[in-house]
Amino acid sequence: MRYSALKILREGLTGNKGWKPVWREPDPKPEYDIVIIGGGGHGLATAYYLAREFGMRNIAVLEKGWIGSGNIGRNTTIIRSNYMLPGNEPFYEMSLKLWEGLEQDFNYNAMVSQRSILNLFHSDAQRDAFVRRANAMFLAGADAELATTDQLRAELPFLDYDNARFPIKGGLFQRRGGTVRHDAVAWGYARGADARGVDIIQNCEVTGFDIENGKCRGVQTNRGAIRARKVAVCVAGSSGRVMAQAGMRLPIESHVLQAFVTEGLKPVLPGVITFGAGHFYVSQSDKGGLVFGGDIDGYNSYAQRGNLPVVEDVAEGGMAIMPMIGRARLLRSWGGIMDMSMDGSPFIDKTDIDGLYFNGGWCYGGFKATPASGMCYAHLLARDTPHPVATQMRLDRFKRGNLIDEKGQGNQPNLH
Amino acid sequence: MIINHPLLGPRDAAEFVYLGDAALIERPDWQASDAAEAFHEYGYLRDNPAGKHAELWYHEQGDRSWLVVTRDTVTHEITSVEMARDVARARGRSK
Repeated sequence: MRYSALKILREGLTGNKGWKPVWREPDPKPEYDIVIIGGGGHGLATAYYLAREFGMRNIAVLEKGWIGSGNIGRNTTIIRSNYMLPGNEPFYEMSLKLWEGLEQDFNYNAMVSQRSILNLFHSDAQRDAFVRRANAMFLAGADAELATTDQLRAELPFLDYDNARFPIKGGLFQRRGGTVRHDAVAWGYARGADARGVDIIQNCEVTGFDIENGKCRGVQTNRGAIRARKVAVCVAGSSGRVMAQAGMRLPIESHVLQAFVTEGLKPVLPGVITFGAGHFYVSQSDKGGLVFGGDIDGYNSYAQRGNLPVVEDVAEGGMAIMPMIGRARLLRSWGGIMDMSMDGSPFIDKTDIDGLYFNGGWCYGGFKATPASGMCYAHLLARDTPHPVATQMRLDRFKRGNLIDEKGQGNQPNLH
Repeated sequence: MIINHPLLGPRDAAEFVYLGDAALIERPDWQASDAAEAFHEYGYLRDNPAGKHAELWYHEQGDRSWLVVTRDTVTHEITSVEMARDVARARGRSK
């Protein structure tokens, strides 16, 4: 079933009775070429690109809950490629390019909205750092634009430019950044993978790995054993838990990140805005709610809820750049679990166990990476060599001293 | 979260800074033949359990003591709080 304006018109005139579920609910087969653990955005994208780019069909995606129940449905929906380091920036720029063509590619409305992202800066030193970042972005083919306070005042009159402690000195725009309807990303990839023969198996929890003589030959699940030539773990947030079943320790801690949404308001924010002197980012959803967040709580957690000190900190960040936000009432807040890695950057790599692959460590930047993560993981699974833009995202990079540490914080996950 | 400090009584967790797994007390021997491997594991690899987790908290806005807090990472329930000094000495870390 393809979606088109004509189809909507026809269904509208015939009582909308022709819509069907967009993916099947198959029972697991005893054996697959590739079993992907985790039916989140990255896992589904991996299955989709394996089928579409690499012609593989005999694939299962195992999901413990239901499609869209994890971090793909709990994030703040921002896409951007304003990174700096060579190990990261080409990857995120490829991701942004994939976002730009995504809806046509999988024929599903993901509401990709390139409404721009603006990183504010508050000092001369920070401006210099952002200029450097912008130049690094240009090197990877991304767009960047430095804005003066006069330009910003014209475009965003509601910001607190003359804040006594953190005056706004300008900002770095990435006009191609923006937001995407996050659930639709999962649904679109699931539909696209399913249509190409991938089995999406929900309510199927992996309870163990079948590892014989250093080779992974399949998984044990609550719906029976499934054999596989390759097992691809893709469960960011729960990576520690799942990989412990394979006896592996990871350079990752699980942390909780909170997000917030206000009541619906008239259109006020043209794009995504981030605070440069604290940690606060905000955008406005198409329903009108201000969607915002800030720092992680900062301690290991697998609870999908946080504590009040961070709520206060986020609210203070919002008030510091955008005092009008104080008039809005908070509607909801929630928490999601992040794989916080030791240098703030992710992993797409083989493990020491033959046939077992790992994708995780996305910190709180996994959503924007979804298409490129899927593409690069599919490349690794199909060809056993890393995709050219993901060559540095290796599990052993700490041993080799090749960290990808954008912020230069060192091995302290709660500071990334 | 409230951390029941062994010396000061119940204190708001916001007064503390979190470091991480209390296994960081067990610093490897830098003169051992496998020191490079041991320090890689010590510095970068974590157990990251879902459940009981012994971890180091620093009372920065208090008496500046290090504590070993045993906390459930699924419920955030704190079951024991000890002075890190006592834990380290019990393990023979300090003379």
